Amino acid sequence: MTPSPVSTDSSSSVSIPRIHSTSRAGSSITGGRPRLTPLRWGLWVGGGMAMVSVVCVVCLGFGTEAISFSRIASLVASTALGMGGEMVADDPTSVIVLQVRLPRVLLAFLVGGSLAMVGVALQALLRNPLADPFVIGISSGAALGASIALLFGVGISILSVSALPVCAFAGALFSLFIMYRISSAKFGFSIYTLLLAGVVLNAIFSAFIMFLTSIADPNRAFGMYAWLMGTLIGPDFPTLGVLALYLGLGLFLLTAHSSSLNLLTLGEETARSLGVDVERVKKLVFIASALLTGAVVSFSGIIGFVGLIVPHAVRFLVGADHRLLLPLAGLVGGGFLMIADTVARTVLSPTELPVGILTALLGGPIFLWLLTHRQAQLGMK
Amino acid sequence: MTVSINGSLSAYSLHQVTFGYASRRQEVSKAILDRLSCEIPVVQVFGILGPNGSGKSTLLKLLAGVYQPQEGRLSLFGNPLSGLAQAEIARQVSLVPQETLQVFPFTIAEMVLMGRYPHHRGWGGWHWEDASDWEIANQAMADMNVAHLGGRLVTEVSGGERQRAIIARALTQQPKVLLLDEPTAFLDLHHQLDIVRGIRRLNREQGLTVVLVSHDVNLASQYCDRVMLLNQGHPVDIGPPDQVIRPDVLEAVYGCRVLVDRHPQSGLPRVTLPV
Repeated sequence: MTPSPVSTDSSSSVSIPRIHSTSRAGSSITGGRPRLTPLRWGLWVGGGMAMVSVVCVVCLGFGTEAISFSRIASLVASTALGMGGEMVADDPTSVIVLQVRLPRVLLAFLVGGSLAMVGVALQALLRNPLADPFVIGISSGAALGASIALLFGVGISILSVSALPVCAFAGALFSLFIMYRISSAKFGFSIYTLLLAGVVLNAIFSAFIMFLTSIADPNRAFGMYAWLMGTLIGPDFPTLGVLALYLGLGLFLLTAHSSSLNLLTLGEETARSLGVDVERVKKLVFIASALLTGAVVSFSGIIGFVGLIVPHAVRFLVGADHRLLLPLAGLVGGGFLMIADTVARTVLSPTELPVGILTALLGGPIFLWLLTHRQAQLGMK
Repeated sequence: MTVSINGSLSAYSLHQVTFGYASRRQEVSKAILDRLSCEIPVVQVFGILGPNGSGKSTLLKLLAGVYQPQEGRLSLFGNPLSGLAQAEIARQVSLVPQETLQVFPFTIAEMVLMGRYPHHRGWGGWHWEDASDWEIANQAMADMNVAHLGGRLVTEVSGGERQRAIIARALTQQPKVLLLDEPTAFLDLHHQLDIVRGIRRLNREQGLTVVLVSHDVNLASQYCDRVMLLNQGHPVDIGPPDQVIRPDVLEAVYGCRVLVDRHPQSGLPRVTLPV
């Protein structure tokens, strides 16, 4: 058959038109999410901060003693401005709010925020929306490190402020290292190998921790049990400062790499072909995640699923761009745990529930739902 | 730039390149590419053909700098690839992989814009895209007919649309060399034609060097200036499609009988399987 003029015509109509009316940048992209600009980023993060402040004031008002929000707002404001110094000593309300509830609420914020951000980072690194520091065994690695420190008495010395997080950090890093070796042994760094390895590691570390508590002196063992269930026992302000320092470092490392994390979600080979120094980013993110998890676990025990629920919710809200997702997940995670802890300490008042029980009761079913209903989306068919 | 034997400039030159995926004990388990030497000329469409497991995709990943060869020299425009930073390579070379895992709800526009990553320098990679980044991304999306999908999620578009968006992302890198691994695998006839013509046009009008891995011998025959037939990590033949795509060569490599006649329009070799 000879080429006919008709076929030539039809094929030229299929070809891509050369010139498009795309003179103005961004104008042709309509629908969906607006582009992420510094302004939009600022609005979201600023809005998140405002929301967190409101949640904080509300949470301070709840407890055995009901205190009005306006009273709390004025107390917090005056303290923040450095005028509350003398009031504290003789006013019981200000003692309750500023010295009992505020440290605890701040701790909940720091812990929740860190767990959510670690969740986001690990999910990107493992390309697995089900990754969570608790689920893949990093929290229990950290808990084992902290348990050893507690059992051998490092935790009750004056060094407690620094030694416990360091041991927990070592434990978290150790569990990440083991998983890295396991999963890179034969099949390359497979995502699902790592998830499975995490589950098994969790079991092994839990067994070790149970062993340690069973041989420990009963008084100390009880304290370890309470801590493992995930409690936010009110710390003092210097301790909070140390924790904030750890978390600030981890937060800085993760946020600085958020553009690289975006690319890592496409797979390591693709990320490398787009110019990401994958090995370096991976190491830094692992270290930052271990740092955050170790610090958090040493202060509050194992609080699971915050790193799973919060990133999912925030991703649903603002999309997957880690430049916005990371800080916002941090703020929302902080707010979430402030609320969860307020519920945990008031729902059976005066008895306080470990907040870890509450997050597991909420997060476990959500995890199962994601596993059974979103398989296609997770690429786990 | 290095000059190949026939006097034209080379985008890549490979000398005795050997690569195998390393096993746990750091040994080369089985060489996937075994002392491979060839030149890939600039401003040509270079096709890599060969049976499954012949090392085509692996070779493409080496060219993209995703992996480093264990032995031999691999240079890009005369510079050894091993001496270039990942981002430096990515400013000159972009890779369209065979498949990309998409788990998270990025929009098509966001995904295409990721192609600007190697052009920004922020500590840790943090950057904001500026107006020129958007212009480049929009042009690439228009070129690949995905501009109307900019706001859709990568997880909800069709396989063909996603593939075109990934090629748009590769163009957004503004590369000198475009590496394509089975670019038409998920596409219907219409979009196959769109893609190969689009690539051919970029090659002719903008001087883009294209390296194309494909199972589709006919596509390679029609659109490649040169093809390399790879078998078990060795080049069997390199040359214009007219020379390489012959029944005796193909039958030796693929191990089955093939019929080769001429394309009615172009007169280039056309391969069909016997009944």
